[in-house]
Amino acid sequence: MDKHDTQSDARPVLEGPDIARVLTRIAHEIVERAKGADDVVLLGIPTRGVFLARRIADKLEQITERKVPCGSLDITMYRDDLRMHPPRALARTEIPGDGLDGKLVVLVDDVLFSGRTIRAALDALNDLGRPRAVQLAVLVDRGHRELPIRADYVGKNLPTSLRETVKVQLAEEDGRDTVLLGAKPTPQ
Amino acid sequence: MQRHLISAADLTRDDAVLILDTAEEMARVADRPIKKLPTLRGRTIVNLFFEDSTRTRISFEAAEKRLSADVINFSAKGSSVSKGESLKDTAQTLEAMGVDAVVIRHGASGAPYRLANSGWIDAAVVNAGDGTHQHPTQALLDAFTMRRRLIGPDAGLGQDLEGKRITLVGDVLHSRVARSNVDLLHTLGAEVTLVAPPTLLPVGVETWPCEVSYDLDSTLPKSDAVMMLRVQRERMNAAFFPTEREYSRRYGLDGDRMARMPEHAIVMHPGPMVRGMEITAEVADSDRCTVVEQVANGVSVRMAVLYLLLGGNEPAVTHPRTEEK
Amino acid sequence: MSKILIRGAKVLGGEPQDVLIDGGTIAEVRAGLSAEGAGRAGGAHDVTVVEADGKVLLPGLVDLHTHLREPGREDSETVLTGTRAAASGGYTTVFAMANTFPVADTAGVVEQVWRLGREHGYCDVQPIGAVTVGLDGRKLAELGAMHESAAGVTVFSDDGKCVHDAVIMRRALEYVKAFGGVIAQHAQEPRLTEGAEMNEGVVSAELGLGGWPAVAEESIIARDVLLADHVGSRVHICHLSTAGSVEIVRWAKSRGIQVTAEVTPHHLLLTDELVRTYNPVYKVNPPLRTERDVMALREALADGTIDIVATDHAPHPHEDKDCEWAAAAMGMVGLETALSVVQETMVDTGLLDWAGVADRMSVKPARIGQATGHGRPVSAGEPANLTLVDTAYRGLVEPAGFASRSRNTPYEGRELPGRVTHTWLRGKATLVDGKLT
Repeated sequence: MDKHDTQSDARPVLEGPDIARVLTRIAHEIVERAKGADDVVLLGIPTRGVFLARRIADKLEQITERKVPCGSLDITMYRDDLRMHPPRALARTEIPGDGLDGKLVVLVDDVLFSGRTIRAALDALNDLGRPRAVQLAVLVDRGHRELPIRADYVGKNLPTSLRETVKVQLAEEDGRDTVLLGAKPTPQ
Repeated sequence: MQRHLISAADLTRDDAVLILDTAEEMARVADRPIKKLPTLRGRTIVNLFFEDSTRTRISFEAAEKRLSADVINFSAKGSSVSKGESLKDTAQTLEAMGVDAVVIRHGASGAPYRLANSGWIDAAVVNAGDGTHQHPTQALLDAFTMRRRLIGPDAGLGQDLEGKRITLVGDVLHSRVARSNVDLLHTLGAEVTLVAPPTLLPVGVETWPCEVSYDLDSTLPKSDAVMMLRVQRERMNAAFFPTEREYSRRYGLDGDRMARMPEHAIVMHPGPMVRGMEITAEVADSDRCTVVEQVANGVSVRMAVLYLLLGGNEPAVTHPRTEEK
Repeated sequence: MSKILIRGAKVLGGEPQDVLIDGGTIAEVRAGLSAEGAGRAGGAHDVTVVEADGKVLLPGLVDLHTHLREPGREDSETVLTGTRAAASGGYTTVFAMANTFPVADTAGVVEQVWRLGREHGYCDVQPIGAVTVGLDGRKLAELGAMHESAAGVTVFSDDGKCVHDAVIMRRALEYVKAFGGVIAQHAQEPRLTEGAEMNEGVVSAELGLGGWPAVAEESIIARDVLLADHVGSRVHICHLSTAGSVEIVRWAKSRGIQVTAEVTPHHLLLTDELVRTYNPVYKVNPPLRTERDVMALREALADGTIDIVATDHAPHPHEDKDCEWAAAAMGMVGLETALSVVQETMVDTGLLDWAGVADRMSVKPARIGQATGHGRPVSAGEPANLTLVDTAYRGLVEPAGFASRSRNTPYEGRELPGRVTHTWLRGKATLVDGKLT
């Protein structure tokens, strides 16, 4: 993700209705693959993954008419690039009451890129319990993996160049739902 | 944040709130099956204790180990230091071993400042108490305890202590805890009142950002938290007060006095307590007394400080030994 | 000995004049002296000409308060290195304090120090004798024997420690009247300064360092001027450091009490705010005080309440300062920076002219210490103890260039005015163009 989200040339590749539709699809896929989603626990990766996880949880509840446990997993302390930046503020890790042991944990993030965030998330999960299986849902897969990681549920595959940026905006944080594709600002 | 943590006065309000917020997340690690984070893997921290303080040392040690740092404990007693080695030589020895941070407790005020600023060593320096000067992590854990109790663990996130009335009672003159707390609580917006016999207040206290009172009873009803400072018995011999009994009668906290505090108000103590002197057993063992919580909170706050000082590329990137990969 | 002609020197800061030195004596002082004329007897080649070019010529400076450390602490200073430092700073006489190892409390020790000074020839060394045996404040040392020794001691001090016992102080004041001696008191009430590490006040409260209250100095000075009055003796106050002490001395002088007082250069310039760095180079006894005290001291030096500037030159080896505050030794070197600090604080501020500087740093200290031949007018027939100062100079203090064996100066890297270029001790150049001979 890139901080420069207001470039003039960024163009939307997904709008609000598209996002709602793909999240509904992902929810259906989870129910189908998990055979009813009885033991599913959704864990969003802060910041925007948490909002996406909650939205998927709502949709799962509509589909299954059961509450689906949903929490958050902060991966800051497990990052492999900690020493390349000043220390970051921590976000909340919230594990739903029944814990993770024996559950099907679906990690939820906004953009899948190098795969390093998910690697850190898997390490963090390791310290929190022993799920039956771990799956990954992302809103956008933009390619350029640096680790052997793939998503189980993808909202949109978005082939990009490394010179491009992908920015997800969600109403909870940014006031609107959209996915923007832009160009990296040229160094001055 | 600065590279070192020497004095609570060096922290801005935002620094302090960031530390408290981070500590709140660190506190949750204690509830996990595996109470450990990989964050400081490969970093070496020395606990350099020139003064005995088992509780502070083990609190730092627990914090360091929960963050997966390599921990070296160095106690001056029985070491080369007791044979006359200087602070400088000790520091340079540690530097040569590739230490990333030094947690130092020293009987001389200013020793951590000297260590951080004299060019003897490149590591980050965390003051774990120096003479009668500062004990910043104690002030942070006290503020953390106050915020949790007076505002709430979640409600407190992002908040300071604006408008909270905090009373510190006892030997302010010889107390690094008092100095650190006055600085930090003021930064966080609290209203601080020091209560002590005039002999146990330093000349110059009138310039501190706090009120001063000689009368405990009139201050208690206006306090959201009352922190009792330890009074060492040997002060009696130096004529700071006539007798232990008189001190307790005028400045000790007993059940009757605690009843004058507002219902929500808490009693704090940095430990170790001198029961019967500044605090009675009845108060020390009551629900309103946070002494045990303060100990637990100490680990979380120290984890937060170490993470924020050492978890990123500053100062690590300037320190070739710690570069990995 | 050949002749020296100093051309175009502002004597005591006045109009440029030429000064001819013949042997150990000033032969002539007037405008328009020529080398040819001066060298009448043997021709111009006998005359060394020093172009003063507007520099200020002062009588050789006299320091009533120097620690030369020999015998006992030759790692920090010796009589040789200390007198070389003195010559560099423009001094022709230093009074060597008694707190050596062994203590200068016998005729033997004071004679040794005195003789070493004479042998090295950079600066006259006038030993100060201890008031009490071993400086322990209990038993009077043999003051008369020290006075009658070759060293001819007239100033006695337990400096570093206070003669705190009122009876001992009274007796000492009385006893030295017999031979015109003076007691120089290090005014520090010991009980009030237990564990003292810096000035007691706002800064000490914040830093958590043990306080050295002004009253610990003032109460002793008040007592001692009353004692001096009572027994009709004279008393000298070492390194007076507080505004309150100034008031007491001013009052005593107005009553006709025979009291003299000194101030150090560092107390004229530095304040306890510097201690915030915890750098022990600022650790000194008495401690650096507040801005208010500094201003009162300057004013008192200007109006004569404080009689003299004395350096309290206190050399310490590097390791005694390169440590934490509590473990560090107290004291600062001062001989080589004293005149610059006085120019900065007193002359450049308009409080004192150069004649005033000559009075406070040469004439009066020589008089208090009875250093005959020093602190004399710059005029024909007087001993040629002289100092030439380039007052237009400004530069950074560089301890690496010090002649002193120690480097514990608080002025490192600080820009100060003035530089001593030449010093003559009885006509013999000890410093030429800023270089020791």
